[in-house]
Amino acid sequence: MTAIQVSVFLENKSGRLAEVTHALAEAGVNIRALSLAETIDYGVLRLIVDKPLEAKQALNGAGFTVTETEVIAVEMPDRPGGLAGIVDLLTQRGLNIEYLYAFVGQRGENAIVIFRIDNVSEAVSALQGGGVHILSADELSAI
Amino acid sequence: MHESTPCWNRELEFMAPDQLRALQSDRLCEVVKLVYEKVPYYRQKLDDAGVKPQDIKGVDDITRLPFTTKEDLRKTYPFDLFAVPMEQVVRIHASSGTTGKFTVVGYTDRDVDTWAEVMARTLAAGGTHRGDLVQNSYGYGLFTGGLGAHYGAERIGASVIPTSGGQTKRQVQILQDFGSTVLCCTPSYALVIGEVGEELGVSFKDLPLRVGFFGAEPWSATMRQEIESSLHAHALDIYGLSEIIGPGVGFECLEKAGLHINEDHFYPEVIDPVTGETVADGEMGELVFTTLTKEALPLLRYRTRDITRVIPEPCGCGRTLRRMRRVTGRTDDMLIIRGVNVFPSQIEEVLMGIEETTPNYVLVVDRKPRGMDEMEVQVEVSEKTFSDEMSRLETLSERIQSEIESTLGLRVSVRLVEPKTLERSMGKARRVIDRRDLGE
Repeated sequence: MTAIQVSVFLENKSGRLAEVTHALAEAGVNIRALSLAETIDYGVLRLIVDKPLEAKQALNGAGFTVTETEVIAVEMPDRPGGLAGIVDLLTQRGLNIEYLYAFVGQRGENAIVIFRIDNVSEAVSALQGGGVHILSADELSAI
Repeated sequence: MHESTPCWNRELEFMAPDQLRALQSDRLCEVVKLVYEKVPYYRQKLDDAGVKPQDIKGVDDITRLPFTTKEDLRKTYPFDLFAVPMEQVVRIHASSGTTGKFTVVGYTDRDVDTWAEVMARTLAAGGTHRGDLVQNSYGYGLFTGGLGAHYGAERIGASVIPTSGGQTKRQVQILQDFGSTVLCCTPSYALVIGEVGEELGVSFKDLPLRVGFFGAEPWSATMRQEIESSLHAHALDIYGLSEIIGPGVGFECLEKAGLHINEDHFYPEVIDPVTGETVADGEMGELVFTTLTKEALPLLRYRTRDITRVIPEPCGCGRTLRRMRRVTGRTDDMLIIRGVNVFPSQIEEVLMGIEETTPNYVLVVDRKPRGMDEMEVQVEVSEKTFSDEMSRLETLSERIQSEIESTLGLRVSVRLVEPKTLERSMGKARRVIDRRDLGE
């Protein structure tokens, strides 16, 4: 019930992000969502793509340091309080959210939130227990 | 005019050149005999070179002798080059070496006395005298800087304040409250003292500080100007290395035109580091020293790996001791950062301990205007060390930083970089980028 996020290490210098996107385009990989975390010296680009394996190969081929991370993609109603309810489910179980980012799905009614949580199985059960819909890797690719 | 030149030992520092040469020749014959008789390692080395002590009749024969290198010190670690039994060794110092092993040096009573003499000359050349307050901010310990300057100042009869290094605010307070007239430390630390003092609102031009003796790391004429305008005192360069004695091998006089070599004790040569041939007078090359009077650790033609040249012209101060230009380079890639010897291999070891594979890294050394030497360790992030969580990456660089600091005793900055971004030439990674502009 989890999805694969492709994370890329990027030095803070001009043109590097463009190189990532070109490498993915050439490999026919479609980016679904992304988030960039940064320090003064470097950043970590986190990508949800339709074809994680191809994406990793393409980026490795282009000389990037890439890692795959298990994340949880959750569909939630796109309205006030939507995220609060989901976060509550996790914190009630004492689960720590390393980071999250969200994007609005194509249908426009629901938003999709990507969670990175250390204890994945516990998080999945907490969310499912609360009736939250967790997207499978296939579902995520099909968005 | 020369009668007014401040000095410690007028007889030896102003000795007629032919007399000095005769003295050096006598002493050279003695030291060759000494090592041949007392140090089996040297006997073997001389036998291998086909030289007997009686072949050496004076300094003109010195090129017949084999060189001594750091490698010889490693092979004889820790005490096998000592020419006296431990009963006669009154002091041992050590500095860090390439393979984690120390370079160990020993002193007899007379060696300590010689050291005090050459350091007294060094300090007196800058006008230090009885009644001066000498703030000695060189580190005390295995490093020769602290005790070397200490004994020299005491020999003169000056009042020594053994502050040792660090705690800059306290250094500034002592400088101000005690009214130190002489300062001994590394040149980059002198700038730090100046800066911190300025921040604290100290007016250096109103302080009695007159002169500073700065060594243990390379520095430049520009830096001298910066120190002098910051501290309102003369900034003099001093040179030494523990293998030869520590500080006190060479010193600047107030002419500030190169360093006089205490050549009645340490015979200098300049060689081509590749061929080993002596270069023409005044040409650049690797500095080589033969100790002429050392008892515990006499060394023949020791290759310092420091690049400099001898200045053949006489000095305006009247001393006949020949001068060498300040040292600005090394024959190998060893770095001296804030007085600490840094070998790239040490950094590599630290990184390997963390990553368990040979990491790619580059050391970038820089010196900001009016600043201390800074070293940045750029480490390539591998798939093994990469995490999508920023906090883990931060932890990684902090760990690298703290392990390097505990290994080298030196704080560096760490920057994580992408793989294959580090410069490589001829298939071999270029490990060191030294951006310090030491100039002349």
